[in-house]
Amino acid sequence: MLRALEGSTRDGFDPGQTALTLNKMCYSFNRAENRAAFLRDEEAYCCRFVLDDAQRAAIGRRNVLELIAAGGNIYYLAKFAGIFRMSVQDIGAQQTGMPVEAFKAMLAAKGR
Amino acid sequence: MARIVGVVTTSHIPAIGAAIAKGQQDEPYWKPFFGAFGAVHAWLDKVRPDAAVVVYNDHGLQFFLDKLPTFAIGAADEYRNADEGWGLPVQPPYRGDATFSWHLVESLMAEEFDLTTCQEMLVDHAFTVPLRLLWPGTGPCPVRTVPLSVNTIHHPLPTPARCLKLGRALGRAIASYPEDLKVLVLGTGGLSHQLDGERAGFINRGFDQMCMAAMVDDPDALGRYSIRQIVEAAGSQGVELVNWLVARAALGPRVAKVHSNYHVPISNTASGLMVLENAN
Repeated sequence: MLRALEGSTRDGFDPGQTALTLNKMCYSFNRAENRAAFLRDEEAYCCRFVLDDAQRAAIGRRNVLELIAAGGNIYYLAKFAGIFRMSVQDIGAQQTGMPVEAFKAMLAAKGR
Repeated sequence: MARIVGVVTTSHIPAIGAAIAKGQQDEPYWKPFFGAFGAVHAWLDKVRPDAAVVVYNDHGLQFFLDKLPTFAIGAADEYRNADEGWGLPVQPPYRGDATFSWHLVESLMAEEFDLTTCQEMLVDHAFTVPLRLLWPGTGPCPVRTVPLSVNTIHHPLPTPARCLKLGRALGRAIASYPEDLKVLVLGTGGLSHQLDGERAGFINRGFDQMCMAAMVDDPDALGRYSIRQIVEAAGSQGVELVNWLVARAALGPRVAKVHSNYHVPISNTASGLMVLENAN
């Protein structure tokens, strides 16, 4: 039951499933020069962090559920999303398969 | 001797910092949130703290997964904010108080809380946003600060029961400081929310309201939850509740609620605010 509620949060309770390399790349995006370097040459930037094929593909697709499945931690993935000016609401919409406005409306409805 | 003037607990959602930067406090979306802070400002004017111990969780600004402390405390005379990657304006440095910090460290260590001590420590939105909410002016934060970071971002996390024990030891550590210092304990984060996975957008009003009631009368009831149970009830980021528990436990068993507010939603989150004092 708990697992179903957690959705795809693989990182949730099994620390062994966290991918240090993928998260290390996302951690690097705290710095503006690294965000710029990624945008300048994504392939070269990813090569510096020894991503596996699934991680590289998920980065290419900017797909948060796939990135989590590949060992990404949401707090570091948020820095990756920040490169594309994606907010947590954009990320939420993507993960739940809703348009962003529908996701926001779903949240607003919980306030009523 | 030092004494605790009270505890404030508040959400620390980055969007709040963005709204402050854009001056959106009076807009319809934000008014129910920011409007609740007037009572906090009036209370702060009355109790006038000199220092704030800020119990928060770093979100990957200072700490990376390669070396991740469960509990980390600042022991510096200044703390800097920095770019977190998604556009929040960087705040000017915050004043610390290394002497007070080291007293807290020694007292907590003597009670077997083996904290990671940080003589340089970047503080993220979970530290800066609540301080901006409490002291909204354009000037520097008027109190000296001690950051106390709790790992809530990568499991295993410290249990709620352990966080209550840390808070009680923190209360004793503050009370044993010989300087005449008025101390605010600030717990940041929560309440229910989930950012990751298919359950993104999850909010649990009933659980949040039970937590806010228990914060006043029965924090031990929250200490009986496991981290898994809190994730189930409050969402994967709802575990930031443990920061509230550390702060609450710094007060005695009997507290008076000065003020509270609960508003859904701010960004993806159920926002909570409480001001508590020791009861006479």
